[in-house]
Amino acid sequence: MPDVPAPRVSLPAADLARTVVFAAFIAVLGIFPGIYLGGSGVPIVIQNAGPLLAGAILGARRGTASVVLLLALVAIGLPLLSGGRGGLAPFVGPSGGFLFGWIASALVTGLIVQRAERPGLPVLLMATTAGLAVDYAIGIPFLGAYTGDLGAAAVQSLVFLPGDAGKVVAAAVIAAVVHRALPGTLARPAVHGE
Amino acid sequence: MISAHEPGTSVVHRAPVGAKLLALFALAAAVFVLGSPLWLGVLCGVVLLGYALARIPARRWLRTARALLILAVFVFALQWWLLGAQAALVVCLRLVTALAAANLVTLTTPVDDVVSAVERWARPLRRFGVRPESVGLLVGLTMQAVATLSGIAREVREAAKARGAERSVTAFAVPFLVRTLRHADELGEALAARGAGDR
Amino acid sequence: MIEFSRVGHRFGDRVVLSDVELTLPERRVAFVGANGSGKSTLARMINGLVLPDDGKVLVDGLDPAKDGRKVRKHVGFVFTNPDSQIVMPTAGEDVAFSLRGSGLSKAERARRAAEVLAEYGLDGYAEHPAHQLSGGQKQLLALCAMLVLDPAVLVCDEPTTLLDLRNKRRFAELLGTLRQQVVLVTHDLDLLDGFDRVVVLDGGRVVADDEPEPALRYYRKLAE
Repeated sequence: MPDVPAPRVSLPAADLARTVVFAAFIAVLGIFPGIYLGGSGVPIVIQNAGPLLAGAILGARRGTASVVLLLALVAIGLPLLSGGRGGLAPFVGPSGGFLFGWIASALVTGLIVQRAERPGLPVLLMATTAGLAVDYAIGIPFLGAYTGDLGAAAVQSLVFLPGDAGKVVAAAVIAAVVHRALPGTLARPAVHGE
Repeated sequence: MISAHEPGTSVVHRAPVGAKLLALFALAAAVFVLGSPLWLGVLCGVVLLGYALARIPARRWLRTARALLILAVFVFALQWWLLGAQAALVVCLRLVTALAAANLVTLTTPVDDVVSAVERWARPLRRFGVRPESVGLLVGLTMQAVATLSGIAREVREAAKARGAERSVTAFAVPFLVRTLRHADELGEALAARGAGDR
Repeated sequence: MIEFSRVGHRFGDRVVLSDVELTLPERRVAFVGANGSGKSTLARMINGLVLPDDGKVLVDGLDPAKDGRKVRKHVGFVFTNPDSQIVMPTAGEDVAFSLRGSGLSKAERARRAAEVLAEYGLDGYAEHPAHQLSGGQKQLLALCAMLVLDPAVLVCDEPTTLLDLRNKRRFAELLGTLRQQVVLVTHDLDLLDGFDRVVVLDGGRVVADDEPEPALRYYRKLAE
């Protein structure tokens, strides 16, 4: 392979590329079937870990932008959500709030991670947990508006909590390894040649 | 381009994108505000009439209906247990009406039409430095990136399998992410070389 | 004409290039060297993808540090891996992407893209999904996406590394027919037939600069 030097490209193009590629990354998490979590033997859809990873790896601005881009493409009809769902239905359905919550998820996760000098596992865990909490904070009232009963909506959402807790931990661990493998990912794009 | 769109020439297909979206938002708002099963039933009927007008073929229609029905039955059972029969009926009608309407808009509107509509709507923003043409560009770029990353994901999964680590999340996610970020850097460089960062 | 005067570059503490002094008026120039010799960085400076820390680069009188935009219109760049360079879903759209600032209408851009694809052996592939092309076809597509802008200079960074032997030869032949000034970065010495000048880099310095035969003799000795 060629020796590719660390490029010092103009930032707009590098930012654009990261946003686009991460939007695609979250889409692929949903499209790609059969990712096995732990030893359960049941393929689990891990797409909703995508916004957490986007925030934790790219930071608040670019992470949020990539989630917004993905949701916009879903809304115009591209089948990029898990199970090949696309269009406007996922947004107006009962779990639509959790989708809108992804935006806040990436934002909050990114904001917390950015505060750390060198994001280690504790900070990342805190960030992804907060990210998921915001998603719930938006998704549950939305569901409550549907059913007309906030309490019932909260109880129903508990079903997903164990799985989502697993994803929060997994996203933090993965982000920690990625930050160690490619230091400087958060700060500026394209400094891997250092 | 792959999408959920079903081609056709009906009134619903030919209606302007903006009108369809407005109608959908109005309907979604109404569905949330109304609490009477009767009115919700009427709205639901209106949406189903839309399906008939659009002459959506049965294979598309049945698939959607079946998924919706399974969801509705599940939700109804749960709500009945939690909140009682009347409330369960209201929730189910809301769910079916909103989802069916949103799905109808998506089925009858090609992605390209939405893209050009958005580009048209963004035109007044040009004086603030927004470039309307970039909407189509973003769609194309992201779809291309999805294709590339799907290839990477496949390779990474094979590699994880070859190392006997197909059940490990990190053995899949870490190399996948590292290659994803590398690809982003290379794409950024390629875009810069083709002048995409220059305004 | 490409001029490097006293060009140096560092990534962090690592010196990648130092004191490079070159004036390149020839039509076919190659940068040859081992991995990490600095040849790719030097090539990227011609397009302004990397700006020098010391010294100055001039491409036909344009300074990439000041006129990045003009330089990138003037200089096309073909990367090693076409997968990274192809940015749009179909071959036609990808070539048309290069033309988006040209003021041509959408239909004209598509027509022009189809013409260029046809000219370089991708006739009828305009609607074809770009990622389903073969490796050789993808590299041709990457080349078309540059040539549609008719740049004066074409920089190719190891463009044949991922190609099989037959496609490699084809690509080399094609480079020979272009009217552009070509700067080729490679460590594949078979590609250098018909080149006017070969610059050998080692450890960030120019260690040989000559016609292909003596330069390559030196390079082979260096590798031993």
